Amino acid sequence: MNNRLLQFSYKYGALIFIALVILFFSLNNEYFFTRSNLLDILRSISILTFVAIGVTISLTVDGFDLSVGSTVSLTTVATATMMIWYELPLAVVLIVPLVIGAAVGLLNAFLIVKVRIPDLLATLAVMYIVSGVHKTYTKGYSIYNNMQFQDGTKAPGVMNPDFLWIGQGKLLGVPFPVILMILAVIGAHIFLKYTRFGRQTTMTGGNEEAARLSGVRVRRVRAWAYVASGVFAAIGGILYTARVGSGQIDAGAPMLMDAVAAVFVGYSVFGAGRPNIIGTFVGAVLTGILINGLTMLHVQYYTTDIIKGAVLVLALTVTFVHLSRKKA
Amino acid sequence: MSGGGELTMNNITKSFAGVSALGGVDFTVRPGEVHALLGANGAGKSTLMKILSGAYESDGGTIAIGGRQLTIGSPADAKAEGIHCVYQEVDTSLVPHLSVAENMMLDRIASGKGPVWLNWSAMSREAEAVLARIGSRIPVRRKAEELTLAEKQIVLIARLLVQKAKFVILDEPTAPLSLEEADRLFKIVDELKKQGIGIVFISHRLPEVKQISDRITVMRDGKVVLTEEAASVATGDIVRAMLGRSFEEEYPKTDVPIGETLFEVEDIAAGHRVRGVNLTVRRGEVVAVVGLVGAGKTELSRLLFGADRADRGKVRLAGKTANAASPADAVRAGLALVPEERRKEGILVGSSVLHNLSLPILSQLSRIGFISRLAERRHAEGMIGQLGIRTASSGLLTGYLSGGNQQKVAIGKWMATDAEVFLFDEPTKGVDVGAKRDIFRIIGELAAAGKGILYLTCEFAEALGLADRILVMCDGAIVKEFARGDVTMEELLYYASAGKEDLS
Repeated sequence: MNNRLLQFSYKYGALIFIALVILFFSLNNEYFFTRSNLLDILRSISILTFVAIGVTISLTVDGFDLSVGSTVSLTTVATATMMIWYELPLAVVLIVPLVIGAAVGLLNAFLIVKVRIPDLLATLAVMYIVSGVHKTYTKGYSIYNNMQFQDGTKAPGVMNPDFLWIGQGKLLGVPFPVILMILAVIGAHIFLKYTRFGRQTTMTGGNEEAARLSGVRVRRVRAWAYVASGVFAAIGGILYTARVGSGQIDAGAPMLMDAVAAVFVGYSVFGAGRPNIIGTFVGAVLTGILINGLTMLHVQYYTTDIIKGAVLVLALTVTFVHLSRKKA
Repeated sequence: MSGGGELTMNNITKSFAGVSALGGVDFTVRPGEVHALLGANGAGKSTLMKILSGAYESDGGTIAIGGRQLTIGSPADAKAEGIHCVYQEVDTSLVPHLSVAENMMLDRIASGKGPVWLNWSAMSREAEAVLARIGSRIPVRRKAEELTLAEKQIVLIARLLVQKAKFVILDEPTAPLSLEEADRLFKIVDELKKQGIGIVFISHRLPEVKQISDRITVMRDGKVVLTEEAASVATGDIVRAMLGRSFEEEYPKTDVPIGETLFEVEDIAAGHRVRGVNLTVRRGEVVAVVGLVGAGKTELSRLLFGADRADRGKVRLAGKTANAASPADAVRAGLALVPEERRKEGILVGSSVLHNLSLPILSQLSRIGFISRLAERRHAEGMIGQLGIRTASSGLLTGYLSGGNQQKVAIGKWMATDAEVFLFDEPTKGVDVGAKRDIFRIIGELAAAGKGILYLTCEFAEALGLADRILVMCDGAIVKEFARGDVTMEELLYYASAGKEDLS
């Protein structure tokens, strides 16, 4: 009986917890459980979710990508400067950040797969490099419409309104970033679960040597995972610029830890015990709900970090207590 | 010199989970004697030595030195009595980034007793003196990780002298050494003898056993079957004692017409584990490569499959070059490997039987990149039925299956591929009798379907029962070839352990 209760809590604990949190906030604030607020929550986590999908993919191949936060920062300022400094057309503004993200992923893949530096260390180093590049590039300034340079001249361009629509517009009453996010979640989930390459990706993470001896080209698979991680972070960066309408310096710095937390909360969803896209999405939703609800209750912004941390500890406890029991 | 009289183990018994491993073993070592302990794999010699060195506790029997009873409950107890063991894996006993001297004095450095400040220069001098006593001039300030394997062994033996060992177990010390290195080791063993240390010497190479031992004990099935002075026993007698009765187990060998040459390997080599192997396999033929543990069989199979890189050599499959740079290339060329390390390499224990079985044939099962769930399930269920894999469902994690059923999954994943040549590396290791027979049956079916089979094993009986041709591998090379029925187990063991010398 006790055992079954444990099984049940392991499988559905995270979802029940979210339901309880929603219930709690709804009872305490009448505006919480409204359509506009719920859409707001989803919109607030859309960028995070993109970054977290990338982290999920790198964890799926039993790796880790620490550089996603700084990739968000770099692509954010890159998009903004292309419009404000150089007035480039929209297509270029959208494609270049994706190329940057893929390039960062390739660099990671090169260091990890070819040079064989452990994942954490390689991506830590790349995180510093990318972060340094983005600050050097903007000389440490945030990028805004017609910004003033140090020599007194003004930047020629402004944010392209079509571009801003990506982050701020609505389609059928639903914020466009939310639609993008849902598509990405479904797409990534289907990819990992139902396609050949996705299966090879999960199997590589399960046991690289066994997968290799089954004929999987594991180096290619791992390289791909880092490229994907970089590209998803880049999409996060584009959305960030479009959302806030400027290129904030260090925009992605807090994104890394939030994304990692969401992924690990996701381990406990449906008792997966391993990185999975749906779980990651649930983790991101939980993050969004907590921040939104606590803000409505006028809890100090910094205090939410304590609560986020505590929730993460709870989710990890459930996952790892279960995993170690399964082994015993 | 260290006195204290001889070490006697009396009527030692030990069983694991109700299965008797040692049934009343008597064994003695005199000070200043080299006593060789021989036996086939599973004869009980390592169990006996683990009891002596404190790694296992015996179920019954006594251990005494010079008539004084010992209680050995842990390796520390054994060391306190002066009983030490040098294991084959020397690297686990040395700290790589410490110097030779520090490694030799490790016990003293690690112990809580003694002065707080260590006198490093005195320690280095002492280490040098000890090394000089056994005729070695390894620089004591060099780091352990920079030493060759043979030098590491010497450092470990020197450490025994520092620790004032009285009895030393050398567990297959020569297996990884070249002949010259082994000769140097024997000189050191002589030196230990002169110091009055009693040595238990475990080895599979019979000539060297005859060369350096004073006495020889042979174990079989957990019992001592022979203890003789080395000078008065013939090599042939030792081999017969090790094997005992001839093998009775049945092998379902079906006669299959053997076709044209399918797989050719020419002078493949890598490092010092595989030194230029030539072999051929024909359609429908089961070729066994037999050899002792460490002969290079696993390394050979990994080279052929592209899991490791070969230094040189040519591989041809059905006339086409099939030198594989990666396992993926090997699979494409038509090879399949069932590796020795099943749980680590053969299957993914954390994935379902379904996913394991479909991994190599995902492209067959998918259309425009998407896996057909129906086709995948149908394939898995067919394979489960065909091979007799015992599992509650195809969705069960493979790690929950028994060893034999896991092995069937490791084999089954290749059955639907286009593989023409199957490499089996010790496929019956840790597999129960029933599953073993199933595996032999599957191999027979593959041969009947015109596949070529290369069966690498250290179980000579299996090679005799299954193979159309037997190649004997020793020290990384094929030293002898026999046709089916032309060879006895004695001859196989002789060539596997002695190399090229003629049977006298």
